[in-house]
Amino acid sequence: MAQTRELTCIRCPMGCALTVELDDSGAVTSVTGNSCPRGAQYGRDEVTNPVRTVTTSMPVVGASHAHMVSVKTQTDVPKGKVFDVIAALAGLTAQAPVAIGDVLVHDVAGTGVDVVATSNAR
Amino acid sequence: MGNSIEKRAIVIVGGGPAGLAAAVAAHEAGERDVLILERDTQLGGILNQCIHNGFGLHTFHEELTGPEYAARYVAQVDELGIERRLGTMVLDISEDRVVTAVSATDGITRIQAGAVILAMGCRERPRGALAIPGYRPAGIYSAGTAQRLVNIEGQLPGREVVILGSGDIGLIMARRMTFEGAHVQCVAEIMPYSGGLKRNIVQCLDDFGIPLLLSHTVVDIEGRDRVEAVTIAEVDERMKPIPGTERRYPCDTLLLSVGLLPENELSREAGVELSGVTRGPVVNERLETSVPGVFACGNVLHVHDLVDFVSQEAAAAGRSAAAYVARGEDAAAQRVDIVATDGVRYTVPAYLSGSDLDQDVTLRFRVGGVFRDRYVSVYLDDERVRHAKKRILTPGEMEQVVIKADQLRERAPHTVTVKLEEE
Repeated sequence: MAQTRELTCIRCPMGCALTVELDDSGAVTSVTGNSCPRGAQYGRDEVTNPVRTVTTSMPVVGASHAHMVSVKTQTDVPKGKVFDVIAALAGLTAQAPVAIGDVLVHDVAGTGVDVVATSNAR
Repeated sequence: MGNSIEKRAIVIVGGGPAGLAAAVAAHEAGERDVLILERDTQLGGILNQCIHNGFGLHTFHEELTGPEYAARYVAQVDELGIERRLGTMVLDISEDRVVTAVSATDGITRIQAGAVILAMGCRERPRGALAIPGYRPAGIYSAGTAQRLVNIEGQLPGREVVILGSGDIGLIMARRMTFEGAHVQCVAEIMPYSGGLKRNIVQCLDDFGIPLLLSHTVVDIEGRDRVEAVTIAEVDERMKPIPGTERRYPCDTLLLSVGLLPENELSREAGVELSGVTRGPVVNERLETSVPGVFACGNVLHVHDLVDFVSQEAAAAGRSAAAYVARGEDAAAQRVDIVATDGVRYTVPAYLSGSDLDQDVTLRFRVGGVFRDRYVSVYLDDERVRHAKKRILTPGEMEQVVIKADQLRERAPHTVTVKLEEE
């Protein structure tokens, strides 16, 4: 049956209060309350296929100062895969030099998404 | 220590997001003699440990992590050849803008600045400032310290965690500690609303089933050498613990995310007037403090929740400082007071230097409670010139409203009032 979902958009710190309307088949018929197209997309995704960007860090060896290099999934991954991504990264170590944007892990946890560095370690 | 005084046009105290944006904007405004003093060994400030994403949507139109956002500005500062001294701690700023700094390589140096930009950021409110009984065992960290330990040092501060306070860093660390294998039992917040951004409650607590206990606080901490448990109780509307609501949480770690305080020791020494509400300098629309030629921006001025707005504000301070150096002090005009009332706790700027301004003024403010379906109204004397509907306003989110320069010129008000209205 038709339903309404109230969500808080997480695409940016504005945190818009979204109202997502779904029809009988569960298809999204409208998203309101968003202030940008990203919010509309978030509203649709969150009720059908929720996704998250994973950010974490991993140890780096061979750098002059840094012990850790921060990393993120290059794009969103399915929300249900977040802990698989974290588990796949556990125990991995990066080798300096690392520059922002370097791919450190290809196709992490079978998501098809790469893990890239978000800080420099020289 | 020699008597020689170096002369620089603009000295920026702090190389975090505010200092970097101010430096770039001052340079772009035509001032080539800009010096950044930074006490850390790298530029970027707190962004370097904020490895989560969500930064930069306003500035760069993409979602960046903290280190990436900082790197964008560092690249601009590098490209423009702006001088910076790292590992350099400012000890004193005098009323006539002599900056005294110390570093391991140069010892104590004195710099006569044409203009000074205060960009020292803020500090976390420490446990000592809170009335929690009990011993002082190991295992109690401010959320930002835990963030540094995990993200920069690669150390996990504990495994069973309770978080007191729902500031953004605490919420972010709830998720971060969970990713690192710790178990976060709950976040207790003494106020009936969260101090953090809504998005962080959704993506850092709700996603992981971590309960947010509003109107709850820590009433006891057990353990002499290491935290063994904390007791959390509900509080009444006067924030007094309600007997019978206590619940004990065995844990080894308590993180505190109970507010941020602008770091204004240097400002105070310089004779800068500080606000009792923001705890930052009282500034005009040029972000100039009560000491001529001393400007302030970013979290030292008032605590922001979005770095994008820090960058915007700091850029304005950088332009103002460049104009001050080029033009000198402006002739005194009739000051226009800004009154913050009816739910609006403060505004930055706190007053206008006059009504004959050549640029629109962005007023940033916070509200004192949770308000639904209210209008943010701006009055020039008795005339309402802005009336913007907001679905929700909360203390955790900074708001802003723009006053048009042509309206100010036309009406030449004595007072500007910013308030919330029901209709």
